[in-house]
Amino acid sequence: MPAPFILDRTSVTQVMAWVLAALLPGIAVYVWVFGPGILVTLSLATVTALVAEAAMLKARGYPAKPFLTDLSAIVTAWLLALSLPSLAPWWLIVTGTLFAIVVAKHLYGGLGQNIFNPAMVGYAVLIVSFPVQMTQWAGPLSLSDASLTLAQSASVIFGGDVPRATLDAVTMATPLDALRTGLLQQLTVDEILVQPIFGHYGGIGFEWLAGAFLFGGLVLWALRIISWQVPLAFLAGIWLAAGFLHFFDAGRFGAPWFHLFAPSVMLGAFFIATDPVSGATTPRGKLIFGFGAGLLTIIIRTWGGYPDGVAFAILLMNVCVPLIDQYTQPRVYGEAKKSKAPPA
Amino acid sequence: MSRELFTFKGGVHPPEHKSESNTRPVHAAPLPRKLVIPLRQHIGNPAKPVVEVGERVLKGQLIGTADGYISAAVHASSSGIVRAIGPAVVPHASGLPDECITIETDGSDEWIAHAPLDYRAMEPSDLRMRLRDLGLAGLGGAVFPSAVKLDPGAHHHCPTLILNGGECEPWITCDDVLMRLHADDILQGVAVMRHLLGSTEILVGIEDNKPEAIAAIQAAAQQMDFAVEVVAVPAIYPAGGAKQMVETLTGKQVPSGKLSTDIGIQVFNVGTAYALARAVHHGEPLISRLVTVTGHVLRPQNFEVLIGTPMQVLIDLAGDRDGTTGVLMGGPMMGMPMPDLEVPVVKATNCILVQSKELFPPLPRALPCIRCARCADVCPAELQPQELFRFAQADDFGRAQEYHLFDCIECGCCSYVCPSHIPLVDFYRYAKSEIWAREKEKRAADLARERHEFRLFRLEREKKEKADKLAAKAQAKRAELAAAPKAEGAAESEADAKKALIAAALARAQAKKAEVTPRNVDHLPPDKQHEIEEIEARRAKIREMARQPLETEEKKS
Repeated sequence: MPAPFILDRTSVTQVMAWVLAALLPGIAVYVWVFGPGILVTLSLATVTALVAEAAMLKARGYPAKPFLTDLSAIVTAWLLALSLPSLAPWWLIVTGTLFAIVVAKHLYGGLGQNIFNPAMVGYAVLIVSFPVQMTQWAGPLSLSDASLTLAQSASVIFGGDVPRATLDAVTMATPLDALRTGLLQQLTVDEILVQPIFGHYGGIGFEWLAGAFLFGGLVLWALRIISWQVPLAFLAGIWLAAGFLHFFDAGRFGAPWFHLFAPSVMLGAFFIATDPVSGATTPRGKLIFGFGAGLLTIIIRTWGGYPDGVAFAILLMNVCVPLIDQYTQPRVYGEAKKSKAPPA
Repeated sequence: MSRELFTFKGGVHPPEHKSESNTRPVHAAPLPRKLVIPLRQHIGNPAKPVVEVGERVLKGQLIGTADGYISAAVHASSSGIVRAIGPAVVPHASGLPDECITIETDGSDEWIAHAPLDYRAMEPSDLRMRLRDLGLAGLGGAVFPSAVKLDPGAHHHCPTLILNGGECEPWITCDDVLMRLHADDILQGVAVMRHLLGSTEILVGIEDNKPEAIAAIQAAAQQMDFAVEVVAVPAIYPAGGAKQMVETLTGKQVPSGKLSTDIGIQVFNVGTAYALARAVHHGEPLISRLVTVTGHVLRPQNFEVLIGTPMQVLIDLAGDRDGTTGVLMGGPMMGMPMPDLEVPVVKATNCILVQSKELFPPLPRALPCIRCARCADVCPAELQPQELFRFAQADDFGRAQEYHLFDCIECGCCSYVCPSHIPLVDFYRYAKSEIWAREKEKRAADLARERHEFRLFRLEREKKEKADKLAAKAQAKRAELAAAPKAEGAAESEADAKKALIAAALARAQAKKAEVTPRNVDHLPPDKQHEIEEIEARRAKIREMARQPLETEEKKS
């Protein structure tokens, strides 16, 4: 057995467990703002992910226990579930999760080998294939007359007999959808923002959710589970790109704060773009990776065919990772003559 | 103590476990019945035995002489009879035997005559040779022959001398204890180093978790006739690595692939300074050292141990316990497992760390790398260990070298923090040894190819020479036959025509050559011109001489 003979306490399982724990404040706010439907989505995605993971491990001849208990499948499931509309039908959740675990993760070689972020691959497949179902968002409870209980939410998700009127009463366009639709109708941003769905920064409720993800992300950073480069560069990319466009024409482009506080941004910046497997690893590479993802998010939101661009932006940057890493290799000890000592 | 400190990148904070062994007094280990002294205890050529089996040797007697510049002598650690000279198991992870001299001690511990050296009066090179013959080698772990390091080389002096009292590996306390007990002697050793290296700045770097050692060295420094700056450096592994100590104290990085002396800094371990003082002021060769025996033993402590003492003797002294799962030489971060406890203590043995399941739980199963780059965060060589791992795993050694594999100091920080528990250092060692092996193979192959090509060339030449000889013979015969009866005119005119042609061609060539002669030698003063002509004449003569054999050969054909 080779040196060293001692290990730090941290394990992959612990890293993943912290990521899950850091998502909990976001999930709590989600329930408070939009109702308990998300709990059904999360549970369904978790079960699907674990079953798919176990089946794939068996098929690939890997031992189930060390890989099932590393919690990485559950992280993927939760990230996907939190990106999906809260009242998405069950088969949508199952399809997305299966695609994420089976194709994006295991067919690429399993833990540590996937080029693309599995949750985002699942999301991309769904939004490309089922754009209509991907809009079944529950509106904030504070804006709607009706609300769904946990059982009713489950019923909606599993395709039970829920009156269409009730469903229409609880679903609502997200702020990004509303902005997009409004702009397509030749309204100015200011005219769009008078709609009740919009709050101080983003959408009502949505901004709280974004705040909760931000908080969880800062906890991960404080624990050194994630580094600061990716989230900061990601947020900076969004802020600068949106700010530039907004400054250029405030009537046609949303304000930078609005873009930052769409919940997918905070989730993406702190939990998805920071995925180490599919992201850049060098310090400068992380900055480029994050900034590029932020920039692409705004570009896709503004000129792309989908209301949100976080998933596609991250996937596109995933493609660039090998190149980024290769060209951002840091200087090693003693490589250049640069010295930290003041000139004598 | 107001020195501005610099931080090196990376590093980890493993549990220190120092108080187990540094709170007990130091004991001299009793004389063992048998001493096994390896001839290869240092970097460089192994020592050559100079005693015979059956010979009686005295304590401190030279038994293996240094072989070459980078080498060091070995000595009998006690008096007794040489019982064997040959392979024995040595402290090496491979478990392979190496040449050793085994001495059966006689218990009298009788010293050979020895006297202090008047180092100030000695010629530096003589002093260094003397130190080499006294077996001095770095006691910090690398065991590099000290005499070589004490040669300031072409620079004639080494401005900064750093004494390394870092001792950052967990569990080990022999340097700490040595500094507390023998601060004066250590600084006496430094005085000799300073004398040889011509250093003007003397720094002693000690991790700040050793306040007693710092105080002791500071007190001793007051008594010295030169300035010694004692610096407490932050305790972080591997602060005691030579390169890291250099950066912490001076802010300078040792250039990749170079030595610290290239930037005017030399680094010695405190133990080496102590051994040097014993050598110079008492004439004693390096035959003993302090060894920490700790971990899963009843009484962890430091012992003054004769080189060649079997490790089992020390473990018994410290109190063997049930449940021992293994024994390491060195610390838990860079130490190596011992194949056998009959292996002797050598100059490199700073610690014997006894393992148990509780203290050193078996390492968990390795998972795939998730590219979290924690390893890169802690790497003091500022490498990208996750990429090196990828290349090593794929046997892509070219890329591994591009990513500075050989700057890895194998400190183990990356493996320590890896959440996937991958034995990363092992992969780097594998890659390094593969590259070395391949280079060796390539060199061997190149040599073989050159030899083969030369052989082909030689065969070809011999064939040609033979053919030429035969042709010459044949022509001579033909000429002989032709000369006798024929009229000479026709043949001569034919030969004349040929000669005229050759002469014309030569003249053309000469003219062309004259044209391309460099023009920057025109219009020179006559003396210069004369000089040049002389040189030209000499060159022409040489050319002529060189051409002659060729022409004779041509004539033959």
